[in-house]
Amino acid sequence: MQTKRTTFPNKLLPYALLAPQLAVTLIFFIWPAAQAVKSSFEREDPFGFKTTFIWFENYSRLFADPGYVNSLTKTAMFAVSVTLLSMTLSLILAVAVSRVLRSNRAYTTLLVWPYAVAPVVVGILWWFMFNPTIGIAPYLMRAAGISWNHRVDGNQAMIFVIIAASWKQISYNFLFFVAGLQSVPQSLTEAAAIDGAGPFKRFWTIVFPLLSPTTFFLLIVNINYAMFDTFGIIDATTSGGPNQATNILVYKVYADGFLGLNIGSSAAQSVVLMAIVIVLTAIQFRYVERRVQY
Amino acid sequence: MVENRPLLTVLTHLVLIVGVIVVVFPVYLAFIASTHGSGDFMRGLVPLLPGPHLIENYGKMLTEGISTAGAPPLWIMLMNSLIIAIIIAVGKIAISLLSAYAIVFFKFPFRMVAFWIIFITLMLPVEVRIIPTFAVVANLGLLNSYVGLTLPLIASATATFLFRQFFLTVPDELMEAARVDGAGPIKFFRDILLPLSRTNIAALFVILFIYGWVQYLWPLLVTTDSRYYTVVMGIKRLAATADSEPQWNFVMAAVMLAMLPPVLVVIFMQRLFVKGLVETEK
Repeated sequence: MQTKRTTFPNKLLPYALLAPQLAVTLIFFIWPAAQAVKSSFEREDPFGFKTTFIWFENYSRLFADPGYVNSLTKTAMFAVSVTLLSMTLSLILAVAVSRVLRSNRAYTTLLVWPYAVAPVVVGILWWFMFNPTIGIAPYLMRAAGISWNHRVDGNQAMIFVIIAASWKQISYNFLFFVAGLQSVPQSLTEAAAIDGAGPFKRFWTIVFPLLSPTTFFLLIVNINYAMFDTFGIIDATTSGGPNQATNILVYKVYADGFLGLNIGSSAAQSVVLMAIVIVLTAIQFRYVERRVQY
Repeated sequence: MVENRPLLTVLTHLVLIVGVIVVVFPVYLAFIASTHGSGDFMRGLVPLLPGPHLIENYGKMLTEGISTAGAPPLWIMLMNSLIIAIIIAVGKIAISLLSAYAIVFFKFPFRMVAFWIIFITLMLPVEVRIIPTFAVVANLGLLNSYVGLTLPLIASATATFLFRQFFLTVPDELMEAARVDGAGPIKFFRDILLPLSRTNIAALFVILFIYGWVQYLWPLLVTTDSRYYTVVMGIKRLAATADSEPQWNFVMAAVMLAMLPPVLVVIFMQRLFVKGLVETEK
Protein backbone atom coordinates (compact mmCIF):
# COMPACT_ATOMS: atom_id res chain seq x y z
CA MET A 1 0.00 0.00 0.00
CA GLN A 2 1.12 3.47 -0.88
CA THR A 3 2.87 5.81 1.53
CA LYS A 4 5.05 8.83 1.15
CA ARG A 5 8.58 8.67 -0.23
CA THR A 6 9.89 9.70 3.16
CA THR A 7 8.04 9.03 6.36
CA PHE A 8 8.37 10.20 9.90
CA PRO A 9 10.60 7.91 11.97
CA ASN A 10 8.46 7.87 15.13
CA LYS A 11 7.72 4.39 16.45
CA LEU A 12 4.84 4.96 18.84
CA LEU A 13 3.11 8.03 17.47
CA PRO A 14 1.27 6.27 14.62
CA TYR A 15 -0.33 3.85 17.07
CA ALA A 16 -1.44 6.74 19.24
CA LEU A 17 -2.94 8.45 16.20
CA LEU A 18 -4.80 5.31 15.19
CA ALA A 19 -5.92 4.45 18.71
CA PRO A 20 -9.24 6.35 18.84
CA GLN A 21 -10.49 5.04 15.48
CA LEU A 22 -9.40 1.48 16.22
CA ALA A 23 -10.87 1.55 19.73
CA VAL A 24 -14.28 2.64 18.49
CA THR A 25 -14.13 0.12 15.65
CA LEU A 26 -13.16 -2.78 17.85
CA ILE A 27 -15.61 -2.04 20.65
CA PHE A 28 -18.66 -1.02 18.64
CA PHE A 29 -18.18 -2.81 15.30
CA ILE A 30 -15.95 -5.87 15.41
CA TRP A 31 -16.85 -7.13 18.88
CA PRO A 32 -20.65 -6.92 18.36
CA ALA A 33 -20.31 -8.50 14.93
CA ALA A 34 -18.32 -11.34 16.44
CA GLN A 35 -20.99 -11.71 19.12
CA ALA A 36 -23.66 -11.92 16.44
CA VAL A 37 -21.73 -14.67 14.65
CA LYS A 38 -21.22 -16.53 17.93
CA SER A 39 -24.83 -16.38 19.07
CA SER A 40 -26.04 -17.40 15.63
CA PHE A 41 -24.57 -20.83 16.43
CA GLU A 42 -26.15 -21.03 19.86
CA ARG A 43 -29.49 -21.54 21.50
CA GLU A 44 -30.33 -19.75 24.70
CA ASP A 45 -32.90 -21.27 27.02
CA PRO A 46 -35.91 -19.05 27.76
CA PHE A 47 -34.56 -17.90 31.12
CA GLY A 48 -31.09 -17.14 29.83
CA PHE A 49 -29.43 -19.61 32.22
CA LYS A 50 -27.47 -21.59 29.70
CA THR A 51 -26.60 -21.54 26.06
CA THR A 52 -25.93 -24.59 23.95
CA PHE A 53 -23.88 -24.80 20.80
CA ILE A 54 -26.11 -26.04 18.02
CA TRP A 55 -24.05 -25.63 14.85
CA PHE A 56 -26.16 -24.45 11.92
CA GLU A 57 -29.56 -25.16 13.38
CA ASN A 58 -30.52 -21.48 13.59
CA TYR A 59 -29.67 -21.11 9.92
CA SER A 60 -31.44 -24.21 8.73
CA ARG A 61 -34.49 -23.24 10.71
CA LEU A 62 -34.27 -19.71 9.30
CA PHE A 63 -34.25 -20.83 5.69
CA ALA A 64 -36.99 -23.37 6.33
CA ASP A 65 -39.17 -20.61 7.78
CA PRO A 66 -41.66 -19.41 5.15
CA GLY A 67 -41.72 -16.03 6.88
CA TYR A 68 -38.03 -15.56 6.22
CA VAL A 69 -38.17 -16.78 2.64
CA ASN A 70 -41.05 -14.37 2.13
CA SER A 71 -38.95 -11.57 3.58
CA LEU A 72 -36.08 -12.46 1.24
CA THR A 73 -38.26 -12.31 -1.85
CA LYS A 74 -39.97 -9.11 -0.69
CA THR A 75 -36.58 -7.51 -0.09
CA ALA A 76 -35.34 -8.50 -3.53
CA MET A 77 -38.49 -7.16 -5.15
CA PHE A 78 -38.33 -3.96 -3.14
CA ALA A 79 -34.63 -3.34 -3.81
CA VAL A 80 -34.88 -3.97 -7.55
CA SER A 81 -37.99 -1.81 -7.95
CA VAL A 82 -36.62 1.10 -5.92
CA THR A 83 -33.33 0.98 -7.80
CA LEU A 84 -34.93 0.91 -11.23
CA LEU A 85 -37.64 3.48 -10.53
CA SER A 86 -35.41 5.98 -8.81
CA MET A 87 -32.51 5.62 -11.23
CA THR A 88 -34.74 5.97 -14.29
CA LEU A 89 -36.40 9.13 -13.00
CA SER A 90 -33.09 10.64 -11.93
CA LEU A 91 -31.45 9.89 -15.26
CA ILE A 92 -34.29 11.60 -17.12
CA LEU A 93 -34.03 14.64 -14.86
CA ALA A 94 -30.24 14.75 -15.08
CA VAL A 95 -30.30 14.61 -18.89
CA ALA A 96 -32.93 17.37 -18.89
CA VAL A 97 -30.92 19.57 -16.52
CA SER A 98 -27.77 19.19 -18.58
CA ARG A 99 -29.70 20.44 -21.62
CA VAL A 100 -30.83 23.72 -20.07
CA LEU A 101 -28.26 26.44 -19.69
CA ARG A 102 -29.53 29.36 -17.68
CA SER A 103 -31.95 27.82 -15.18
CA ASN A 104 -29.62 24.89 -14.51
CA ARG A 105 -28.72 25.91 -10.96
CA ALA A 106 -32.26 26.73 -9.88
CA TYR A 107 -33.55 23.33 -11.00
CA THR A 108 -30.65 21.56 -9.35
CA THR A 109 -31.29 23.27 -6.03
CA LEU A 110 -34.97 22.38 -6.19
CA LEU A 111 -34.16 18.74 -6.90
CA VAL A 112 -31.35 17.91 -4.49
CA TRP A 113 -32.63 18.83 -1.04
CA PRO A 114 -34.55 15.57 -0.33
CA TYR A 115 -31.13 14.05 0.32
CA ALA A 116 -31.24 15.78 3.70
CA VAL A 117 -34.67 14.47 4.70
CA ALA A 118 -34.54 11.61 7.19
CA PRO A 119 -36.01 8.33 5.90
CA VAL A 120 -38.53 8.21 8.74
CA VAL A 121 -39.71 11.72 7.86
CA VAL A 122 -40.03 10.62 4.23
CA GLY A 123 -42.23 7.81 5.48
CA ILE A 124 -44.47 10.21 7.37
CA LEU A 125 -44.75 12.59 4.41
CA TRP A 126 -45.88 9.81 2.09
CA TRP A 127 -48.09 8.20 4.66
CA PHE A 128 -49.92 11.50 4.91
CA MET A 129 -50.41 11.57 1.14
CA PHE A 130 -51.54 7.96 0.93
CA ASN A 131 -53.59 7.91 4.11
CA PRO A 132 -56.71 5.92 3.18
CA THR A 133 -59.11 8.23 5.02
CA ILE A 134 -57.87 11.74 4.25
CA GLY A 135 -54.91 11.32 1.88
CA ILE A 136 -54.90 13.01 -1.49
CA ALA A 137 -53.65 10.00 -3.46
CA PRO A 138 -56.47 7.63 -2.45
CA TYR A 139 -58.93 10.48 -3.08
CA LEU A 140 -57.71 10.87 -6.66
CA MET A 141 -57.63 7.12 -7.18
CA ARG A 142 -61.18 6.78 -5.95
CA ALA A 143 -62.14 9.15 -8.74
CA ALA A 144 -60.40 6.78 -11.15
CA GLY A 145 -62.21 3.82 -9.66
CA ILE A 146 -59.36 2.28 -7.68
CA SER A 147 -59.92 1.69 -4.02
CA TRP A 148 -56.71 2.25 -2.13
CA ASN A 149 -56.00 0.83 1.28
CA HIS A 150 -52.42 -0.18 1.89
CA ARG A 151 -53.30 -1.20 5.43
CA VAL A 152 -55.16 -4.18 4.04
CA ASP A 153 -53.80 -4.82 0.57
CA GLY A 154 -50.26 -6.20 0.57
CA ASN A 155 -49.49 -5.33 -3.04
CA GLN A 156 -50.63 -1.77 -2.57
CA ALA A 157 -48.49 -1.51 0.55
CA MET A 158 -45.48 -2.68 -1.44
CA ILE A 159 -46.11 -0.17 -4.22
CA PHE A 160 -46.51 2.51 -1.60
CA VAL A 161 -43.17 1.89 0.15
CA ILE A 162 -41.40 1.56 -3.21
CA ILE A 163 -42.65 5.01 -4.24
CA ALA A 164 -41.68 6.59 -0.93
CA ALA A 165 -38.22 5.01 -0.91
CA SER A 166 -37.56 5.96 -4.54
CA TRP A 167 -38.58 9.56 -3.95
CA LYS A 168 -35.96 9.93 -1.26
CA GLN A 169 -33.19 8.55 -3.47
CA ILE A 170 -33.89 10.66 -6.59
CA SER A 171 -31.73 13.57 -5.43
CA TYR A 172 -28.72 11.38 -4.78
CA ASN A 173 -28.86 9.59 -8.13
CA PHE A 174 -29.56 12.87 -9.87
CA LEU A 175 -26.36 14.47 -8.56
CA PHE A 176 -24.21 11.55 -9.63
CA PHE A 177 -25.80 11.36 -13.07
CA VAL A 178 -25.24 15.09 -13.56
CA ALA A 179 -21.60 14.66 -12.57
CA GLY A 180 -21.34 11.68 -14.94
CA LEU A 181 -22.92 13.56 -17.83
CA GLN A 182 -20.46 16.41 -17.41
CA SER A 183 -17.60 14.02 -18.05
CA VAL A 184 -18.98 12.88 -21.41
CA PRO A 185 -16.85 14.73 -23.98
CA GLN A 186 -18.81 17.39 -25.82
CA SER A 187 -16.79 16.74 -28.99
CA LEU A 188 -18.29 13.26 -29.36
CA THR A 189 -21.88 14.44 -29.26
CA GLU A 190 -21.02 17.29 -31.63
CA ALA A 191 -19.40 14.92 -34.09
CA ALA A 192 -22.43 12.67 -33.98
CA ALA A 193 -24.72 15.64 -34.53
CA ILE A 194 -22.74 16.63 -37.58
CA ASP A 195 -23.07 13.08 -38.87
CA GLY A 196 -26.81 13.51 -38.58
CA ALA A 197 -27.67 11.64 -35.38
CA GLY A 198 -30.71 13.07 -33.59
CA PRO A 199 -30.82 13.76 -29.85
CA PHE A 200 -32.31 10.38 -28.92
CA LYS A 201 -29.96 8.40 -31.08
CA ARG A 202 -27.04 10.39 -29.64
CA PHE A 203 -28.18 9.59 -26.14
CA TRP A 204 -28.49 5.85 -26.67
CA THR A 205 -25.37 5.33 -28.75
CA ILE A 206 -22.94 7.77 -27.13
CA VAL A 207 -24.02 9.28 -23.83
CA PHE A 208 -25.62 6.26 -22.19
CA PRO A 209 -22.72 3.85 -22.89
CA LEU A 210 -20.20 6.41 -21.67
CA LEU A 211 -22.26 6.84 -18.54
CA SER A 212 -21.98 3.15 -17.65
CA PRO A 213 -19.41 3.59 -14.84
CA THR A 214 -21.78 5.97 -13.05
CA THR A 215 -24.76 3.74 -13.73
CA PHE A 216 -23.02 0.68 -12.39
CA PHE A 217 -21.82 2.48 -9.30
CA LEU A 218 -25.32 3.80 -8.61
CA LEU A 219 -26.80 0.36 -9.15
CA ILE A 220 -24.79 -1.03 -6.23
CA VAL A 221 -25.32 2.02 -4.02
CA ASN A 222 -29.06 1.95 -4.62
CA ILE A 223 -29.42 -1.73 -3.84
CA ASN A 224 -27.47 -1.07 -0.68
CA TYR A 225 -29.73 1.88 0.15
CA ALA A 226 -32.94 -0.03 -0.47
CA MET A 227 -31.81 -2.93 1.67
CA PHE A 228 -30.39 -1.10 4.65
CA ASP A 229 -31.29 2.59 4.79
CA THR A 230 -35.01 2.21 4.35
CA PHE A 231 -35.64 1.01 7.88
CA GLY A 232 -37.13 4.39 8.84
CA ILE A 233 -39.46 4.45 5.85
CA ILE A 234 -40.84 1.00 6.60
CA ASP A 235 -41.13 1.73 10.29
CA ALA A 236 -43.07 4.96 9.70
CA THR A 237 -45.40 3.62 7.02
CA THR A 238 -46.31 -0.04 7.20
CA SER A 239 -44.23 -1.59 10.01
CA GLY A 240 -43.69 -4.56 7.74
CA GLY A 241 -47.40 -5.21 7.32
CA PRO A 242 -50.04 -5.94 6.25
CA ASN A 243 -49.48 -9.63 6.80
CA GLN A 244 -45.68 -9.41 6.25
CA ALA A 245 -46.13 -7.91 2.80
CA THR A 246 -43.44 -5.26 3.32
CA ASN A 247 -41.36 -7.00 5.98
CA ILE A 248 -37.92 -6.47 4.43
CA LEU A 249 -34.84 -8.06 5.98
CA VAL A 250 -33.56 -5.13 8.06
CA TYR A 251 -36.98 -4.56 9.50
CA LYS A 252 -37.39 -8.24 10.30
CA VAL A 253 -34.06 -8.37 12.14
CA TYR A 254 -35.21 -5.53 14.32
CA ALA A 255 -38.72 -6.86 14.83
CA ASP A 256 -37.62 -10.42 15.63
CA GLY A 257 -34.72 -9.43 17.82
CA PHE A 258 -35.97 -6.37 19.64
CA LEU A 259 -39.69 -6.82 19.75
CA GLY A 260 -39.82 -10.62 19.46
CA LEU A 261 -36.65 -11.24 21.54
CA ASN A 262 -35.62 -14.26 19.50
CA ILE A 263 -31.86 -13.85 19.92
CA GLY A 264 -30.60 -16.90 18.05
CA SER A 265 -32.72 -16.33 14.96
CA SER A 266 -32.04 -12.61 14.94
CA ALA A 267 -28.30 -13.25 15.18
CA ALA A 268 -28.47 -15.66 12.25
CA GLN A 269 -30.40 -13.01 10.28
CA SER A 270 -27.74 -10.44 11.17
CA VAL A 271 -25.04 -12.73 9.84
CA VAL A 272 -26.94 -13.24 6.58
CA LEU A 273 -27.26 -9.46 6.22
CA MET A 274 -23.56 -9.00 6.92
CA ALA A 275 -22.79 -11.49 4.18
CA ILE A 276 -24.95 -9.47 1.79
CA VAL A 277 -23.23 -6.19 2.68
CA ILE A 278 -19.82 -7.80 2.33
CA VAL A 279 -20.68 -9.06 -1.16
CA LEU A 280 -22.07 -5.68 -2.21
CA THR A 281 -19.06 -3.80 -0.84
CA ALA A 282 -16.67 -6.23 -2.48
CA ILE A 283 -18.40 -5.79 -5.84
CA GLN A 284 -18.34 -2.04 -5.42
CA PHE A 285 -14.64 -1.89 -4.64
CA ARG A 286 -13.50 -4.49 -7.13
CA TYR A 287 -15.41 -3.40 -10.16
CA VAL A 288 -16.17 0.24 -9.59
CA GLU A 289 -12.43 0.87 -9.23
CA ARG A 290 -11.77 -0.72 -12.60
CA ARG A 291 -14.93 0.83 -14.03
CA VAL A 292 -17.18 -0.68 -16.62
CA GLN A 293 -15.72 0.86 -19.73
CA TYR A 294 -16.12 0.76 -23.44
CA MET B 1 -26.28 21.92 -26.12
CA VAL B 2 -25.29 20.86 -29.57
CA GLU B 3 -28.10 22.23 -31.69
CA ASN B 4 -31.18 24.36 -31.32
CA ARG B 5 -34.41 22.37 -31.13
CA PRO B 6 -37.15 24.54 -29.66
CA LEU B 7 -39.60 21.67 -29.26
CA LEU B 8 -37.11 19.60 -27.34
CA THR B 9 -36.28 22.58 -25.14
CA VAL B 10 -39.93 22.98 -24.22
CA LEU B 11 -40.12 19.27 -23.46
CA THR B 12 -36.99 19.52 -21.34
CA HIS B 13 -38.46 22.27 -19.19
CA LEU B 14 -41.71 20.37 -18.94
CA VAL B 15 -39.88 17.28 -17.65
CA LEU B 16 -37.98 19.38 -15.13
CA ILE B 17 -41.07 21.17 -13.90
CA VAL B 18 -42.92 17.89 -13.42
CA GLY B 19 -39.85 16.54 -11.62
CA VAL B 20 -39.71 19.52 -9.30
CA ILE B 21 -43.42 19.20 -8.56
CA VAL B 22 -43.04 15.52 -7.71
CA VAL B 23 -40.13 16.31 -5.41
CA VAL B 24 -41.69 19.34 -3.73
CA PHE B 25 -45.34 18.32 -3.48
CA PRO B 26 -45.14 16.03 -0.41
CA VAL B 27 -43.44 18.78 1.53
CA TYR B 28 -45.88 21.41 0.28
CA LEU B 29 -48.75 19.29 1.59
CA ALA B 30 -46.99 18.89 4.91
CA PHE B 31 -46.49 22.63 5.17
CA ILE B 32 -50.14 23.30 4.36
CA ALA B 33 -51.23 20.75 6.93
CA SER B 34 -49.09 22.45 9.55
CA THR B 35 -50.98 25.72 9.12
CA HIS B 36 -54.44 24.35 9.88
CA GLY B 37 -56.43 23.61 13.01
CA SER B 38 -57.05 20.05 14.21
CA GLY B 39 -60.66 20.08 12.99
CA ASP B 40 -59.67 20.44 9.34
CA PHE B 41 -58.55 16.83 9.07
CA MET B 42 -61.91 15.26 9.81
CA ARG B 43 -63.40 15.93 6.39
CA GLY B 44 -62.82 13.83 3.29
CA LEU B 45 -59.70 15.45 1.88
CA VAL B 46 -56.64 17.18 3.25
CA PRO B 47 -56.60 20.96 2.77
CA LEU B 48 -54.60 22.19 -0.20
CA LEU B 49 -54.31 25.88 0.68
CA PRO B 50 -52.71 27.49 3.73
CA GLY B 51 -54.77 27.95 6.87
CA PRO B 52 -54.55 30.58 9.62
CA HIS B 53 -52.95 28.54 12.43
CA LEU B 54 -49.30 28.64 11.39
CA ILE B 55 -47.81 30.53 14.33
CA GLU B 56 -50.06 28.85 16.87
CA ASN B 57 -49.12 25.30 15.74
CA TYR B 58 -45.39 25.91 15.51
CA GLY B 59 -45.40 27.85 18.77
CA LYS B 60 -47.17 25.07 20.60
CA MET B 61 -44.87 22.37 19.24
CA LEU B 62 -41.70 24.30 19.99
CA THR B 63 -42.55 25.29 23.54
CA GLU B 64 -44.97 22.68 24.85
CA GLY B 65 -44.90 19.57 22.72
CA ILE B 66 -47.74 17.10 23.00
CA SER B 67 -47.74 15.59 26.44
CA THR B 68 -50.41 12.99 25.65
CA ALA B 69 -48.15 11.49 22.96
CA GLY B 70 -45.19 11.51 25.34
CA ALA B 71 -43.39 14.11 23.27
CA PRO B 72 -41.36 16.80 25.00
CA PRO B 73 -41.22 20.34 23.59
CA LEU B 74 -39.64 20.34 20.18
CA TRP B 75 -36.90 22.81 21.00
CA ILE B 76 -35.35 20.29 23.38
CA MET B 77 -35.37 17.62 20.68
CA LEU B 78 -33.99 20.06 18.11
CA MET B 79 -31.17 20.97 20.48
CA ASN B 80 -30.41 17.28 21.02
CA SER B 81 -30.34 16.65 17.29
CA LEU B 82 -28.05 19.61 16.77
CA ILE B 83 -25.67 18.52 19.53
CA ILE B 84 -25.60 14.94 18.31
CA ALA B 85 -25.13 15.84 14.65
CA ILE B 86 -22.25 18.16 15.51
CA ILE B 87 -20.56 15.67 17.83
CA ILE B 88 -20.83 12.93 15.20
CA ALA B 89 -19.53 15.13 12.39
CA VAL B 90 -16.64 16.62 14.38
CA GLY B 91 -15.78 13.27 15.97
CA LYS B 92 -15.72 11.39 12.68
CA ILE B 93 -13.59 14.05 11.04
CA ALA B 94 -11.15 14.22 13.95
CA ILE B 95 -10.49 10.51 14.32
CA SER B 96 -10.40 9.99 10.55
CA LEU B 97 -7.86 12.78 10.04
CA LEU B 98 -5.62 11.24 12.68
CA SER B 99 -5.83 7.72 11.37
CA ALA B 100 -5.35 8.74 7.74
CA TYR B 101 -2.31 10.74 8.83
CA ALA B 102 -0.86 7.69 10.58
CA ILE B 103 -1.48 5.44 7.59
CA VAL B 104 0.00 7.76 4.98
CA PHE B 105 2.91 9.45 6.74
CA PHE B 106 4.31 6.63 8.87
CA LYS B 107 5.68 3.18 8.28
CA PHE B 108 5.04 0.78 11.13
CA PRO B 109 4.25 -2.88 11.72
CA PHE B 110 0.57 -3.82 11.32
CA ARG B 111 -0.19 -0.83 9.12
CA MET B 112 -2.15 -3.02 6.72
CA VAL B 113 -3.99 -4.67 9.59
CA ALA B 114 -5.10 -1.28 10.88
CA PHE B 115 -6.21 -0.28 7.42
CA TRP B 116 -8.31 -3.41 7.00
CA ILE B 117 -9.90 -3.08 10.43
CA ILE B 118 -11.05 0.39 9.46
CA PHE B 119 -12.20 -0.87 6.07
CA ILE B 120 -14.36 -3.54 7.70
CA THR B 121 -16.57 -0.90 9.33
CA LEU B 122 -17.98 -0.26 5.87
CA MET B 123 -19.40 -3.73 5.90
CA LEU B 124 -21.03 -3.58 9.31
CA PRO B 125 -23.80 -0.96 9.35
CA VAL B 126 -25.72 -0.63 12.61
CA GLU B 127 -28.76 -2.21 11.03
CA VAL B 128 -27.11 -5.61 10.73
CA ARG B 129 -25.72 -5.90 14.24
CA ILE B 130 -28.42 -4.23 16.27
CA ILE B 131 -28.69 -6.47 19.29
CA PRO B 132 -25.04 -7.13 20.15
CA THR B 133 -24.17 -3.45 19.69
CA PHE B 134 -27.02 -2.49 21.92
CA ALA B 135 -25.75 -5.00 24.48
CA VAL B 136 -22.26 -3.47 24.42
CA VAL B 137 -23.62 0.03 24.92
CA ALA B 138 -25.93 -1.14 27.69
CA ASN B 139 -23.09 -2.96 29.47
CA LEU B 140 -20.95 0.14 29.33
CA GLY B 141 -23.81 2.06 30.96
CA LEU B 142 -24.12 4.45 28.04
CA LEU B 143 -27.87 4.21 27.43
CA ASN B 144 -29.57 7.61 27.60
CA SER B 145 -26.44 9.66 27.18
CA TYR B 146 -24.88 11.75 24.45
CA VAL B 147 -21.85 9.46 24.52
CA GLY B 148 -24.00 6.41 23.86
CA LEU B 149 -25.86 8.22 21.10
CA THR B 150 -22.75 9.32 19.26
CA LEU B 151 -19.67 7.24 20.07
CA PRO B 152 -20.77 3.99 18.36
CA LEU B 153 -21.44 5.92 15.14
CA ILE B 154 -18.18 7.81 15.09
CA ALA B 155 -15.90 5.30 13.37
CA SER B 156 -15.72 6.15 9.68
CA ALA B 157 -14.05 4.28 6.89
CA THR B 158 -15.25 6.65 4.18
CA ALA B 159 -13.87 9.74 5.89
CA THR B 160 -10.56 7.97 6.52
CA PHE B 161 -10.32 6.95 2.86
CA LEU B 162 -11.14 10.45 1.71
CA PHE B 163 -8.36 11.98 3.82
CA ARG B 164 -5.95 9.21 2.86
CA GLN B 165 -6.65 9.91 -0.80
CA PHE B 166 -6.13 13.60 -0.25
CA PHE B 167 -2.93 13.19 1.79
CA LEU B 168 -1.45 11.06 -0.99
CA THR B 169 -1.85 14.00 -3.37
CA VAL B 170 0.05 16.35 -1.05
CA PRO B 171 3.52 16.77 -2.64
CA ASP B 172 6.32 14.84 -0.92
CA GLU B 173 8.54 17.92 -1.13
CA LEU B 174 6.28 19.74 1.29
CA MET B 175 6.94 17.28 4.04
CA GLU B 176 10.63 17.01 3.23
CA ALA B 177 10.98 20.77 3.35
CA ALA B 178 9.14 20.90 6.65
CA ARG B 179 11.45 18.27 8.09
CA VAL B 180 14.58 20.06 6.86
CA ASP B 181 13.28 23.14 8.63
CA GLY B 182 12.97 21.10 11.79
CA ALA B 183 9.22 20.50 11.99
CA GLY B 184 8.20 17.34 13.83
CA PRO B 185 5.19 15.23 12.85
CA ILE B 186 2.78 17.10 15.10
CA LYS B 187 3.85 20.53 13.91
CA PHE B 188 3.68 19.38 10.28
CA PHE B 189 0.17 18.04 10.82
CA ARG B 190 -1.09 21.13 12.59
CA ASP B 191 0.58 23.85 10.56
CA ILE B 192 0.67 22.40 7.05
CA LEU B 193 -1.64 19.44 6.58
CA LEU B 194 -4.67 20.75 8.45
CA PRO B 195 -4.79 24.11 6.64
CA LEU B 196 -4.44 22.28 3.32
CA SER B 197 -7.37 19.99 4.16
CA ARG B 198 -9.73 22.84 4.99
CA THR B 199 -12.05 22.48 2.00
CA ASN B 200 -12.21 18.73 2.34
CA ILE B 201 -13.04 19.05 6.02
CA ALA B 202 -15.80 21.55 5.29
CA ALA B 203 -17.33 19.40 2.55
CA LEU B 204 -17.20 16.35 4.74
CA PHE B 205 -18.70 18.24 7.65
CA VAL B 206 -21.79 19.06 5.57
CA ILE B 207 -22.33 15.41 4.63
CA LEU B 208 -21.66 14.08 8.12
CA PHE B 209 -23.85 16.69 9.78
CA ILE B 210 -26.74 15.46 7.66
CA TYR B 211 -25.78 11.85 8.41
CA GLY B 212 -25.90 12.58 12.14
CA TRP B 213 -29.13 14.53 11.96
CA VAL B 214 -31.12 11.84 10.14
CA GLN B 215 -30.09 8.96 12.41
CA TYR B 216 -33.19 7.11 13.51
CA LEU B 217 -32.71 3.48 14.45
CA TRP B 218 -29.81 4.04 16.83
CA PRO B 219 -31.41 6.85 18.89
CA LEU B 220 -34.58 4.79 18.94
CA LEU B 221 -32.73 1.91 20.59
CA VAL B 222 -30.56 3.71 23.12
CA THR B 223 -32.88 6.41 24.43
CA THR B 224 -35.83 5.83 26.69
CA ASP B 225 -35.46 9.08 28.56
CA SER B 226 -37.32 11.87 26.76
CA ARG B 227 -34.57 14.34 27.66
CA TYR B 228 -32.38 12.64 25.05
CA TYR B 229 -34.91 12.23 22.25
CA THR B 230 -33.78 13.50 18.90
CA VAL B 231 -36.30 15.25 16.74
CA VAL B 232 -36.28 12.59 14.02
CA MET B 233 -37.23 9.80 16.41
CA GLY B 234 -39.56 12.05 18.41
CA ILE B 235 -41.68 12.64 15.33
CA LYS B 236 -42.30 8.94 14.88
CA ARG B 237 -43.65 8.84 18.41
CA LEU B 238 -45.99 11.73 17.63
CA ALA B 239 -47.30 10.16 14.45
CA ALA B 240 -47.82 6.77 16.05
CA THR B 241 -50.29 7.63 18.79
CA ALA B 242 -52.15 4.42 19.38
CA ASP B 243 -55.30 3.74 17.39
CA SER B 244 -56.52 7.29 16.92
CA GLU B 245 -55.67 9.42 13.90
CA PRO B 246 -52.62 11.52 14.68
CA GLN B 247 -53.06 15.26 15.12
CA TRP B 248 -51.77 16.00 11.66
CA ASN B 249 -51.35 19.73 12.07
CA PHE B 250 -48.96 19.28 14.99
CA VAL B 251 -47.18 16.28 13.48
CA MET B 252 -46.55 18.21 10.29
CA ALA B 253 -45.33 21.29 12.15
CA ALA B 254 -42.80 19.00 13.83
CA VAL B 255 -41.92 17.42 10.48
CA MET B 256 -41.24 20.81 8.93
CA LEU B 257 -39.04 21.86 11.84
CA ALA B 258 -37.13 18.56 11.75
CA MET B 259 -36.46 18.88 8.01
CA LEU B 260 -35.49 22.53 8.01
CA PRO B 261 -31.93 22.53 9.45
CA PRO B 262 -30.37 19.85 7.21
CA VAL B 263 -32.29 21.03 4.14
CA LEU B 264 -31.06 24.59 4.69
CA VAL B 265 -27.54 23.25 5.00
CA VAL B 266 -27.89 21.53 1.62
CA ILE B 267 -29.39 24.58 -0.06
CA PHE B 268 -26.97 27.17 1.26
CA MET B 269 -23.84 25.06 1.09
CA GLN B 270 -24.71 23.34 -2.15
CA ARG B 271 -21.21 23.54 -3.58
CA LEU B 272 -19.61 21.98 -0.51
CA PHE B 273 -22.43 19.47 -0.27
CA VAL B 274 -21.98 18.24 -3.83
CA LYS B 275 -18.21 18.08 -3.41
CA GLY B 276 -18.53 16.15 -0.16
CA LEU B 277 -21.07 13.73 -1.57
CA VAL B 278 -19.28 12.97 -4.81
CA GLU B 279 -15.90 12.62 -3.14
CA THR B 280 -16.83 10.47 -0.16
CA GLU B 281 -18.51 7.95 -2.38
CA LYS B 282 -15.71 7.60 -4.87
